[in-house]
This record gives sequence, structure tokens and C-alpha cells, in this order.
Amino acid sequence: MSSATATMPASAQLATFWLDGDLFGVEVEHVQEVLRSQGITRVPLAPPAVAGLINLRGQVVTAIELRERLGRKPRPEGQEPVVIVIRLHGEAVSVLVDSIADVVDVNVRDFEAPPDTLDGVGRDLIRGAYKLDGQLLLALDVNRAVGT
Amino acid sequence: MDGLDDIVEEFLVESHENLDQLDQDLVALEQDPRSRERLSSIFRTIHTIKGTSGFLAFNRLEEVAHVGENLLSRLRDGALDLTPSRTSALLSMTDTIRALLAAIEASGGEGTVDVADTVALLSAALEESPAAAAAPAEEPAPVEPAPAPVEPAPVAAAPAKKAPVRKAPAKAAAKAPAKKAPVRKAPAKAAAPPVVPAPAAAPEVESIHAPAPGVIDLPAVAEVHQEVPVDVPPTPVAPAVPAEAAGDLAPEPGTPEAQSGRRAVADSTIRVDVDLLDNLMLLVGELVLTRNQIVQYVGRQNDQDLVRASQRLNLIASELQESAMKTRMQPIDHIWSKLPRVVRDLGLQCGKSVRLEMEGRDTELDKTLLEAVKDPLTHLVRNSVDHGIEDKAGRAAAGKPAEGVLTLRSRHESGQVVVEVADDGAGIDPAKIGAKAVERGLITADALTRMGPPDLLQLIFLPGFSTAAAVTNVSGRGVGMDVVKTNIEGIGGTIEVESAPGRGTVMRLRIPLTLAIVPALTIECAGDRYAIPQISLQELVALDAEKAAAAVEDVGGASVYRLRGELLPLVHLADVLGLPSDRHDGHVVIAVLSSEGRRFGLVVDRVINTEEIVVKAVSGQLKQIGLYSGATVLGDGAVALILDVQALARRALRTETTDRQEHRNALAAAAVSATERTRMLLAAIGGGRRVAIPLDTVTRLEQVRSETVERVGSREVVQYRGAILPIVRLDRHLGAYGETDREVLEVIVYADHGRSVAIVVEEILDIVDGEAAVQSDIDDLGLLGSAVIGDRVTELLDVRAAILAADPAFYTSSAPLAELPTTGFDSPAFGFDGVSPNHLTEV
Repeated sequence: MSSATATMPASAQLATFWLDGDLFGVEVEHVQEVLRSQGITRVPLAPPAVAGLINLRGQVVTAIELRERLGRKPRPEGQEPVVIVIRLHGEAVSVLVDSIADVVDVNVRDFEAPPDTLDGVGRDLIRGAYKLDGQLLLALDVNRAVGT
Repeated sequence: MDGLDDIVEEFLVESHENLDQLDQDLVALEQDPRSRERLSSIFRTIHTIKGTSGFLAFNRLEEVAHVGENLLSRLRDGALDLTPSRTSALLSMTDTIRALLAAIEASGGEGTVDVADTVALLSAALEESPAAAAAPAEEPAPVEPAPAPVEPAPVAAAPAKKAPVRKAPAKAAAKAPAKKAPVRKAPAKAAAPPVVPAPAAAPEVESIHAPAPGVIDLPAVAEVHQEVPVDVPPTPVAPAVPAEAAGDLAPEPGTPEAQSGRRAVADSTIRVDVDLLDNLMLLVGELVLTRNQIVQYVGRQNDQDLVRASQRLNLIASELQESAMKTRMQPIDHIWSKLPRVVRDLGLQCGKSVRLEMEGRDTELDKTLLEAVKDPLTHLVRNSVDHGIEDKAGRAAAGKPAEGVLTLRSRHESGQVVVEVADDGAGIDPAKIGAKAVERGLITADALTRMGPPDLLQLIFLPGFSTAAAVTNVSGRGVGMDVVKTNIEGIGGTIEVESAPGRGTVMRLRIPLTLAIVPALTIECAGDRYAIPQISLQELVALDAEKAAAAVEDVGGASVYRLRGELLPLVHLADVLGLPSDRHDGHVVIAVLSSEGRRFGLVVDRVINTEEIVVKAVSGQLKQIGLYSGATVLGDGAVALILDVQALARRALRTETTDRQEHRNALAAAAVSATERTRMLLAAIGGGRRVAIPLDTVTRLEQVRSETVERVGSREVVQYRGAILPIVRLDRHLGAYGETDREVLEVIVYADHGRSVAIVVEEILDIVDGEAAVQSDIDDLGLLGSAVIGDRVTELLDVRAAILAADPAFYTSSAPLAELPTTGFDSPAFGFDGVSPNHLTEV
């Protein structure tokens, strides 16, 4: 699963979103839908990255706080997260991000593996960066980001 | 129809489907006699029926199909042309096949259905030379008219295709009883099996058509039964008739269409894609949630019509839900039925004699779950036979009967299916497990010393663990208990192991009903709502601040509540969840829960409602927390977590005492588990002395006001529930110096053979599991000895002596002083007046 880099197609479409000032992207085929912020039921004693559970039209879906998962600082008070519902192996999981951005066509020529200086959780969860004009697009490893 | 085995049933369903196709094809062929495609299709169908019937040894069926196949193959190859007479012959073949299938379905055999005519007809059609095709009228004429009255219907009524096709079987069916009817009477006189000739059947078809079912009335049944042993050839059909008449046909004998039982299998079952059922279940779940929402909303309205409509919706949704659930349920016997063979073969292989007993084989569970537990269950059974049960010599040495007993039990409990695999073998020795685990490097020796027997038993679920001395070819092929555990947990279940060395092992699977809809109590804690499955809930107790302050007590740091005299350990949900409770007014709401036979009180902030919830699985990550069995969507769309009562109980009842204490207790418990551990009530009697009283002699704990104590002669008595109880003051009895002049006396009521005494102590301390054996015989008058319980020397009360001190006639006279109320458990005890437990019975 993590060998996505090896088999990466020449071009791909990434759904992008903002998180703590960075632009991230996930393969568009993994994204089921995007929801405005909605009621989240917290789960006491759950791992810190689990923000809680949301009701997705009757289906109970775990919500992952991506800021926590990536070791970023908590979202400022009053800023409502956006929920991206991701479908992996037939199961829906959702991640909380700051705001949603465009779907971007990226070319594999613009891709670079993470710099050697990147360590910690970032190294595990970020596959690399696409060099867009004036902006780096960080490719999120979805499987790892929402996995346990 | 129960006797039909699955293969035959499958064959019948399939053949009926095929025959329907055949009818259509033959009728279409009439229109277009040269269609190769149709002929091929017909040929294939007949070929299939022939093949299977040969395999199932339905010889007459095979014979008909075989001749028909010959004819069809010639037709298909173009060697013969399809003439009307040949078409008739083929249609006649279809009817005969139907009749045979009907007989097979009704009786399991081919009955007396005659195939000779049809075979003759088909052979004639086959012999019929192409040249003679023009003149078939003369020769086959006597034969052909017979089926003719039956067949014209479909042929003539070709425009309405379906209708004639449906009628044909009706007639065919009528024809069969028509034939049987004379047969039934005939054998009584002469047992003459001259099967009714075809011409005779033909005219009768019309007249018997309607009355036929009516003819098979009850007296006839009796008559036929008597005949059974008499006649030989027609026997198969004789039982067939009563079977239909008494069974399937009974409810609808009046309808002319009432046909043989054939319809029952072919038309009353339908194969449905499991995905479709899943989807149906999901939708029903949604409907139930929406129903909850509407019912909640309507509850706030005054519109009577709306209320009525919502009540109806409520009812229908419940019924629909139940039916939808049932579509997916199958008895566990489906997977159990092959286990007797497994046990027998394995027993032989291992040189052991093992008897398999099954309890609860009709317990139903979801089809997908059934599939999922099949392999783990088989593995557990194999394990039990291979490792659990000793060989004959071993059993003899242990003083057990040579035959080992393996028991499978299953039942529904707390919205789960519990499946147990229990054997009466050697059990699992925790010490051996521990040593093995250290040897294999699975745990450190240091860790071992800190583990109690229950934890040690858990080690068998570690990957790479095996206690088998030698890897046999039966088990131990690399599939370990870890795989079983993973599989069970994969479907959201749990596995527990219980073992008493020398007495056997119980492996207990708890399988949730995923997608299940269960009644639940919703409660609030720290501002969030949680659901508790109703099935674990015994009652609710609400205490206002004043009562709570008095009634919630403390045993060595663990809070308890005296629920009608019994100490109920309390668990504060907010503490368990690690959240601050938002209830600060001193009120205490206790949900009394039971799990695995143990009771505890869960203290919550507020009780909200009872409602039906749809259980949704939560991700493995959340399941690992071990507090939630799932989640649900409440009426207002919010998600609520479902509390796992079993896990809560395990967690909570562990923190009741220190770990060290628990391990000692567990060790002691394991040591005496063979001889029934004794529960002891600890009481202080003053002067720092503690006595232990076996709990099984205690019926109730009470508080009695001092001023209610009266005297009869030199003895003290107290009136208690309409009876007069003699009092024994333990402090005086044992020469301790307790506080006198107490306003409220702590009383232990002891009852036996209808007589009761009240034992007064200074304070009730705790209930512990202890060993009854005397550990020191330093005793005194009125004591049996002493033991160390909970780090303190505790005196063991000689209950008999104490009671005799109060009531010398207690054991000698059987005449009760007065009847003890036996149903007093639902009235609040003295001293707790006003604390009325709020039973939740009607929900």
C-alpha cells in the first residue's frame, strides 16, 4: 500500500485541502464527499487523533483529526473544520481539515520525495511533494493517515 | 417434507424451474418447429434431469427422460422432423416428469406414477419412420387420444401463454390423484396393482378435477394407513396421499388449485442474493431510526390522527424489522451438524472415547456470522478432543468415567450469541502455561510473577503459543488459538477461556448480532449520551442528595450501595470514561447492570429514554478501547456510543480491590474452585475484632432501630415482617466489647427450615470470596477458628452455636415461628424507606 510511489501513474488528480497553512492532496478517487462541519460525538479514551464519530446518513463514521495525526497544533478556537469522507477498502472514514481547495491535476515529473530533514509523523504520512507554481502540494498517504 | 434431504430438495426446485422453461420452449416450438435453438434448450433440460435422476436413483424418471432425450437428440440432429404426434409425446413426457417430481416431493420416492405409457408413446414417436409420418393416425391413434384431452389446452390457447402453462400442471396433478384414488381402494380388496390404464385416466380428469382433493379426507387417510402393511407394490403412493392430505394440503383442500406439496418447495422458496438482504436490513435499520425520530416528535404533538398514524408506523416498523432480521437467521445446527462426525473420527484417531452433547442447537444467528464462526468452532472442538480430554488411562487415573464429554452450548444473552465449547478433560494448568510462555520468550519471567491465573490463561491466545508436547496431525498445524481469537474478534466477538485443572475447560465465544436492533436505555454522562443494552439492565435506582449521602457507602475506597440489603459495587461512568461528571447536586442515578452473573451499579448523570437502537460497528481502533460494543444513531441524528457492559464489568470489578489482593483471591478461588468457593460476609463486632460468616447462611442484611427490640423472658426479639425473630448479639456472644446504646442495629438475618434469627453485629464490612478451610485452630467459644482474609486475621463464626444461643430450639423444632415472607425482595428494606427502586419492567 505504501509503495504507491513506485506505481504512481504519470499524472493524477488530487483533491486538495488546507491544513495548518499547508496545502495537502489525496487521490481524488479516494474522496467520497466533503461535508461542512457537523455534529461530532467524542469518544472518551480513544486515541487522540480520533476526533469522534459522525453520522453520515445513518452510517457511523470515525472522524480523524488530521492536525493531531500530523502532529500540528490544534485548530484555533472558533474555526470550524471541514469533513472529507474518504472511502478505503469499502469502508468510509472521515478526516477533519481546515478548508477544502480545488481538484488539481498533477504530473509525476513535479513529484519529489520528502526531504531528508523531514522526520517524525510527517515522514510516515507524507509521500512527498508536488512542486506547483509558487506552492508545494503535499501528497498525503491516505492509508496511513486514517489507519491505526 | 422434512425428510427430504437437501440434494433432493435442490433437485426438485431446479427441475421445476427447468420444467417451466420446458413448457414454454415446447409451446414455442409448436409455432416454429424448425428452431434448432429451442430444441437444443429442451434437450439440455431433459439431459440435466436425466443425469441428476440417475444419480439420485429415480429410475423411472431416468427412464422417461432417457427415451425423451433419444427422441430429442434425433430431432435436434435433424434425423427426425417434429410432427404433432411427437410434440404430444414430448408434452406427455413433461407431464409424466411433473407427476414423478410431485410423487418424489410428497413421499421421497417415485410412487406408483406409471411411465410405461409415456415411454411407449415416446418410443413410438421415435420408431415412426419419416415416410410413415403421413399416416400416424391409424397406429398410434389408440395411444394418442389419451394425453390429447390434457394437452389441447396449452396448444389451443397459445395466445395467452402463461395461463395454459399454469393449467397444465393443475390437470396433471389432478390426474395423479385420480389414478391414486382407485389404487387406494383396490388393494384393500385384491391388492391388485394393475395400474390404471391411461384411457381410464383421461376421461376422469374432467370429473375428478375439482373433487379430487376433497376425496382425500381424513377417514380415507386412516383407511390408507391400515393398508400400508398389506399391499406391496403400491405402498409408495399410499403414504404419499396421507402425507399430503394431513399435512400441506389440509389448510386449503377446498380450492380446486390445491395441488400436491410440490408447490410448497418450488413456489414458496426463493433464492435471494445475500447482498440484497444486507441492503434490505440496512434500509430497515434506517426506517427504525426515522421511526424513532417521528415517534419522538409526535410525542410532543396533540394531533390525535398523527399520534395514531405514528403508532401504526411504530408497529409496522417493528414487525418489518423482525421479519427482515429473520430472513438472515439460521440455526447454529447448520454448522454443528457436522461436528459429531469430527468428534467421532478424531476420538478414534486419538484413542479416546468422546461423547458430544449439544444444547441450544436451534439458536439462530445471522448467516454471515454463522459462516465466520464455523472454522473457529471446529478448531475449538478439535482442540478439546486432542488436548483437553485425557485418554482412557488418564481418565481412569483421575477417577473419571472412560468416556469424555464434550458439550456445545449456545444461547442468546445480552443481545449476543454465546457459544460454549466445554469439555470435562484435564483443564489447563496456569503454571504450565506460564512456564511455557517464558520458555518461548513470549513473556519475561518477571512479568510472570505479576500475573494471576486468569491472565495466565489469556497467554494461550498469544501467537506462537502451543502447549502440545508434540505436534500431532490433528491440531497444532500452525493454526493456533491466536487465529481463532483473531477470527472471532474480526466479527466483533470475544473469546474467553475458563479452566479448572483436573475438571475441564470452557471456551466461550460471544458473538454480537451485528446489524442487530436492540432495545436500549439511553443515559447521559458528562454531557454526552450513551446507550446501554436493555438486556443487561436490571433496574434503575434514583437517590436524592440526602438519601445518596446516607445510602452510598464505602468499603475500603470502593463505593457500594445497599440494594435491599445486598452490597452493590458502584462504578462511576464518568470516572471510567475519564471525564468530569456534570452532576453536582448530589443526586445519584444508578443503573443496576448484570454481566456474567455479577451485578454492579453504574452511576450515570441522567437517564434519558428507552428506545430501540440500530447497532453499528465501530472501527477496530475504537473497539480496542474495550468500553464500547458499537455505536448508534439516535432519533435526533446524533451518534451515541453503546457501552459494552461485559467489558465495563470486567474493568470495574477489577478495580474494586488492589491487584495484589485480587491475585491472591483469584489464586485462592482457583484452588478451591473445585470444592465451591465460599463467599464470606465480614462483620465487625467491636473491639477491633472481625468475624467472617459464610454468606450462604445469610438471607438478608437489615437495619433495625434499637427501640424496636423487645424482650420475651430473658431473650431479646424483634418484630420483622410479621414474624418474631430472636436476636443474638455477637459482641456479647463472643465476649467482645462493642458499643452499646446504638440507635440503629446492623442485623444479619439467618433463615433455615422456615425459622429465622437476627444476628446483631457492629458493622457490616464487606463480602469476600474466601476459603472456608480453617487456617488456624486457635479458637474460642463460638468460633470455628481463624483465617487471614484481606490481610487481617478474621475469626470464623460458628454460626450454629451463635444461633443456638439465640434460639435453642432452632435446629430441633421444625415448626416455624411464622412464615417468612418469600417475596419480600421488592419491598424496600427498613431504614431505606423512600428509596424506591424504579423498576424498568415494561420497556
